[in-house]
Amino acid sequence: MSWIPAPVSRFFHRTSSPPHFYALADRFIPWLTVIFLLLLGAGLYGGLYLAPTDYQQGDSYRIIYIHVPAAWMSLFIYVMMAVMGGIALIWRMKLAEVMLISSAPIGAGFTFVALVTGSLWGKPMWGTWWVWDARLTSELILLFLYLGVISLYGAIEEKRAAARAVSILALVGVVNIPIIHYSVQWWNTLHQGPTVSKMDKPSIHVSMLVPLLLMAVAFKFYYLIAVLQAAKLELLKRETSSQWVKALLEKQA
Amino acid sequence: MENSQHATLQVSELSCFRDERLLFSALDFSVNAGQVLLLEGANGSGKTSLLRILCGFREADAGQIYWCGNKISESSYFQDMAYVGHADGTKKELTVLENLNFALALGAPGKYSIEQALDKVMLAGFDDNPVHTLSAGQKRRLSLARLLITHNLLWILDEPFTSLDRQGIKLIESLIAAHIEQGGMAVLTSHHDLSMADLNLQRIHLQACQ
Amino acid sequence: MPIIQAFWAIIRRDLLLAFRRRAEMANPLFFFVLVVTLFPLAVGAQPNLLRAMAPGVIWVSALLAALLSLDSLFRSDFDDGSLEQMLLSPHALSVLVLGKIIAHWLVTGLPLLLVAPLLAVFLGLPEQAMGTLWLTLILATPLLSLIGAIGVALTVGLRRGGMLLSLLVLPLYVPVLIFASGAVDRAASGLPVDAQLNILTAMLLSALVLVPLPTAAALKMSVN
Repeated sequence: MSWIPAPVSRFFHRTSSPPHFYALADRFIPWLTVIFLLLLGAGLYGGLYLAPTDYQQGDSYRIIYIHVPAAWMSLFIYVMMAVMGGIALIWRMKLAEVMLISSAPIGAGFTFVALVTGSLWGKPMWGTWWVWDARLTSELILLFLYLGVISLYGAIEEKRAAARAVSILALVGVVNIPIIHYSVQWWNTLHQGPTVSKMDKPSIHVSMLVPLLLMAVAFKFYYLIAVLQAAKLELLKRETSSQWVKALLEKQA
Repeated sequence: MENSQHATLQVSELSCFRDERLLFSALDFSVNAGQVLLLEGANGSGKTSLLRILCGFREADAGQIYWCGNKISESSYFQDMAYVGHADGTKKELTVLENLNFALALGAPGKYSIEQALDKVMLAGFDDNPVHTLSAGQKRRLSLARLLITHNLLWILDEPFTSLDRQGIKLIESLIAAHIEQGGMAVLTSHHDLSMADLNLQRIHLQACQ
Repeated sequence: MPIIQAFWAIIRRDLLLAFRRRAEMANPLFFFVLVVTLFPLAVGAQPNLLRAMAPGVIWVSALLAALLSLDSLFRSDFDDGSLEQMLLSPHALSVLVLGKIIAHWLVTGLPLLLVAPLLAVFLGLPEQAMGTLWLTLILATPLLSLIGAIGVALTVGLRRGGMLLSLLVLPLYVPVLIFASGAVDRAASGLPVDAQLNILTAMLLSALVLVPLPTAAALKMSVN
């Protein structure tokens, strides 16, 4: 690790010690919540009120302010999990393991939201709840990948081994996601007419784009808050017998 | 075997947790060529966990293991050690000879030929018997024959005397003694006390901490 | 070189073991044939429908048969301690693992090649697609063994890992399924299939190189 400057590496080591991280997370969460709410408010106001009605889809298009950021997050979180998995495997960092496993349910949640909003949108667009559209299909497979990570972690009793296992699985999954995505897209163009592709590349007006980006950033902050909360809980569960947890419990009791 | 005089296994500050329970902490010991280390302790005191850490199967929660002064991952440790655990590591559908040939292919040839080794563990003539036809004691002796045919200095044995009769126990003890005499070393757990008076024996008693 | 020797020794041993347990080894094959026969019973025996579905049916069945056979890849080695001995071998575990995967494919994947034409006839697959069906089976069944090996290595330590294994492995099988059945489908309608076969070849070669590493890491985790 000689290519990492000493102060950075020191900072990294200190932050990654569980009690320090716990305190830091506690300090950050209120601020993150404020930023999240501001962004969410602005995004929703812009998206649902300011943005013009689409001339083709009417108001039903406004679901993209949830659907698209959720779909982005579902991919983003899986990549984050793989990064955490790599760190956990190479540097044996406990915190990375905790962050990885805390991210999985959140990612699965976003994937689920993307699927549900996608099919809600599909009803007025295509006249049916489910279409084997390339994006929806790969999103569905992504959901299975998330569920695999969650159940594998649950199935292995010894949690350090379980963390190793899900790190490996997340890395394998992230290599496969692009392959799955492109194969599904390819399959889709082969089997279906071009009627569906209208929603694939919408040329979007700025007044629609800005709220969309605001929502995307807001979702990122939501992820940060959620993952920190989940990681705090996971740390407490894992280190119940350690000194700092006992001290913490005494202080709160 | 030329470096066997200097071979040492050194363990420093080793700790191990299991299910949030501390099994042992800050464990220090070293084993030199010509020495036997006997691990004692009640069931669940961490003997097997310690052996599995020494084999590299488990990771220690803290501490380091050194082989000849280097970390085991950066030394010839895995070429110099051999392990016999609870599971025999033999395939019951294959014959005695096929099993030993496979063991030989995985490692480097050792002091004895397969024939000599089978002779030593009193399995001569069983070459072509499938392992599932052997008795429990014979299977145990077969898995110990593996130690003789491959190159190794350090034997790690988890309860090597289970399912052996008195004669079998004597046999294994004499094999260990011969190995030690030739400059080898051994770490083992056993409920049965070793009855070898002239052995350079070290004992560690593990007690599960609460 | 000793490592090559160890590699061959492991293939030879696993083939010998498969031969001694041949009754058990034939099961995935029967399963494959059985699943394919279920389809006409379920959807009706109209020749046109069956012909259209043939590539998909054969490939989904091959996928399930491969999944069923995966458990035998590391299970007995894990149970009888042979896996521990392999971990302790001074040779790279990933090379030994590759040997095991190859042996597993020879035992479970190769026989599918022999019965597939029979099933294709059952379903009325056009004769012009037969060659492509074979080619996709040659290229893609090893892929199923390779990808599956990661999943088995992760779950071999669990007492009831069967359902979990399918949850882990089936999503990763999706690209294989798409390209393999897609190629057969196109061949049946007389279209060129070079692209699909090339992609399958590329996937096979990269899997041969990449898969042993995570599999070895996962086995180390499972032996823990």
